[in-house]
Amino acid sequence: MPDNDVMISIKEVTKRFGNTVTAVDQVSIDIRPGEFFALLGPSGCGKTTLLRMIAGFELPSAGQILIDGQDMEGIAPNHRPINMVFQSYAVFPHMSVFDNVAYGLKVSGVPRAEIGPRVEESLDLVKLAGYGPRMPDQLSGGQRQRVALARALVKRPKVLLLDEPLSALDAKLREAMQLELVRLQHTVGITFIVVTHDQKEALSMANRIAVMEEGQVRQLASPAELYEAPNCRFVADFIGKTNLLQGRVGGLSGAQVLVQVEGIGPVPLSGDKEMRGEVGVAVRPEKMRLRGDGPAEDEVGIKGRVAEIAYFGEVSFVYLTDAQGRSLSVAVPNHKRTGGGAILTGQDHWCCWRPEDAILLPE
Amino acid sequence: MAARGLFKRRLGPLDYSRRWSLQLVFLASLVFLYVPILTLIAFSFNDSRRNIVWRGFTLKYYEKALGNSSLMEAFANSLTIALISTVISVILGAMVAILLWRFRFPGKAPLEGAMSLPIVIPEICMGVAMLAFFARIGWPTDLPWPLNLGAITIAHISFSFPFAAMVIRARLANFNRELEEAAKDLGASEWQTFRDILIPYMKPGLLAGGLLAFTLSLDDFVITFFTSGPDTVTFPVKVYSMVRFSVTPEVNAASTVLIVVTILLTTIAMWMQGRSEK
Repeated sequence: MPDNDVMISIKEVTKRFGNTVTAVDQVSIDIRPGEFFALLGPSGCGKTTLLRMIAGFELPSAGQILIDGQDMEGIAPNHRPINMVFQSYAVFPHMSVFDNVAYGLKVSGVPRAEIGPRVEESLDLVKLAGYGPRMPDQLSGGQRQRVALARALVKRPKVLLLDEPLSALDAKLREAMQLELVRLQHTVGITFIVVTHDQKEALSMANRIAVMEEGQVRQLASPAELYEAPNCRFVADFIGKTNLLQGRVGGLSGAQVLVQVEGIGPVPLSGDKEMRGEVGVAVRPEKMRLRGDGPAEDEVGIKGRVAEIAYFGEVSFVYLTDAQGRSLSVAVPNHKRTGGGAILTGQDHWCCWRPEDAILLPE
Repeated sequence: MAARGLFKRRLGPLDYSRRWSLQLVFLASLVFLYVPILTLIAFSFNDSRRNIVWRGFTLKYYEKALGNSSLMEAFANSLTIALISTVISVILGAMVAILLWRFRFPGKAPLEGAMSLPIVIPEICMGVAMLAFFARIGWPTDLPWPLNLGAITIAHISFSFPFAAMVIRARLANFNRELEEAAKDLGASEWQTFRDILIPYMKPGLLAGGLLAFTLSLDDFVITFFTSGPDTVTFPVKVYSMVRFSVTPEVNAASTVLIVVTILLTTIAMWMQGRSEK
C-alpha cells in the first residue's frame, strides 16, 4: 500500500555479520519524498551498512525496506529505483566523461537519440557542460565527484544515495560543495540520503538527521532540534561542543525540575519531570558568558581559572578549570578587530548561563 | 669551505651506483648479456661457412634459412603452438585469477599452491612427466597438421597459464570494487559489468600475461623436446639439432629473425598496454 508521505520505509532492519557483529540493530526510519536526509555517526556506527542495504549491496538479516511502497526484498541493485554516489566516486577510468554519464542509460536500453541530450542536460546540471570528451584522469577530485553526481542523476532515480560525498575534498571545496548539493537537491527535487561522519556537514545540508551509534538510531530530528534539544549524552556530545555537568534531581519547582549541580546549588531546569537521581546538564559554549564579578540576576555561574585560549578567528574558545577540577569551555565572539582580548590565562572568571539555555539529559 | 671538502662523504647503501667496483660488475653484466646476442646477429651477415672470422657482408644465409623447408616448417609450428597456447593460457589464467581474487572457498590455499607448482618445478621433470603421460594414455602421433601439435600445445598451456594467472591477479588486486557496484547501481547486469568494467580493467594484465605466455611457449626447449616427435619439430628443437652438427650462419640468421619477431611483438604489446593503462 503506497504511502504518499513516505519515500523510503526502513522497518526494524537488522544486519549481522557472522554471529558476533551486529552492524545495524533494529532500525526503523521513514524518509519523506523530497527530503534531504542525513545518516550521521562515528565510524563503525552502521550508517554505511544501512545505506548499502538501501542500495541492495547488502541484504538485511531481518526487517524490511520499502522504496516508494515497494518491498525491496529479492530486488537486485540494478533493478532498484535509486542511484548512488560512491565514496571513491567510482568514475569508470577507461570511459570519457560523456560515456560515464551515458553508461546507465545505455545498459537500461534508453534509445540512442535520447541519450545525448539527457547526458548534456545532466552535465549542465552539475556545471560540467563541455567536459564530455575528457577522460577522468584529466579531472580534479571535485570534477570527478560532479561526474559521479551527473551519472547518478541522469537516470532520474527516486532516491539518490551519497556515501561520505565530501570526505575526499579539501575544506574550502567541501563548503562550496555542501551548498551546491543543497541547490542541486532543490533543483531536481529528488530524495537525497547522505551518509556522513561530519556533524557540520549534516547540520548544514540536511532537513532531518538520524544520529547513529552502535547500530542504533539515538535521535532523529531536525538539525536545530538535535543541537538545541539533544535527547541523550551521546548526541549532546557528538553534535557540536558542549559542557556536560553532573547533577542530581532535588525535587520539583512548579513545572520545572530542580537539579543540584555541584558548585552552583539547585538550578531550575525544564525537562522530563519523571527523571530521578543522577542527571546530566549540558550547556553549549556559546550560551555561556564570562563575567568578572559573578552571575547576573537571571543567571547561574561557576568560577574558574582560565587555562587556555584557543583562537578560531570569529570566536575564541576559553577553557577554564573550576575548583572541582571540571573543565569548562566558553565561546567568546571576537566582535572587535582590536582591543577585544581582555581575557588572559591564569585569570579567574565566572562562567555564567541562564538556566533555560541548559539541557537536562538522562543519566 | 675548504675544510668541508676535506671530509669525504660516506656513501650510503643506495649510493651503490657511485662505487667503481659495482660499476664494473654492472658493465660486465651488460657485456655478457649483449655481446653474445650482437655477435649472433653480426655473424648472420658473415660471408663465411664458419662463425670465427669476418669475411664480408652477405644476405645469402637469410636466403638459405628461408629456403630451408624443414626450418621454416619448425618456425611455423612454433608460431602456431605459441599462438594457440597464448590464447588458451590467457583465458584459463584470467579465470583462475578471478577465482582466486574474488571468492573464498574450501581448498583455496591448496589450489593456490598447485597453481604455482609449474612455476617452480624443474622443467626437465615436467618434460619427462609429459612424455610419460602422453605415452601412457596412448596419445595419437599420426594426426594431420595442425592437430599433431596437440600434445606440445597442451604441455605449453599447462606450464604457461599459471604465469598468466599470476600477472592478471596482480592487476586485479588493485581493482576498486566500488567500480563494479557503481555499474550495477546504474542498471548493469552481472554480464554487462563483467564486459564493460572488469575486462577493460584487466586488459593490461591480459596483454602482459599473453606476452609472457607467448614468449615462454616460443622459446621453450626442454618440455617441447620431450613431447615433440619427428613430424612436430619446433624452432628451438630444430636449431638444437642443426647446432649439433655445426653452428652455421644459417642458424644465426634464423635466430635473428626470431629475435626480431619477439621484439616486434613485445613492442606492440607494451604499446597497447600503455594505452589501456591510461
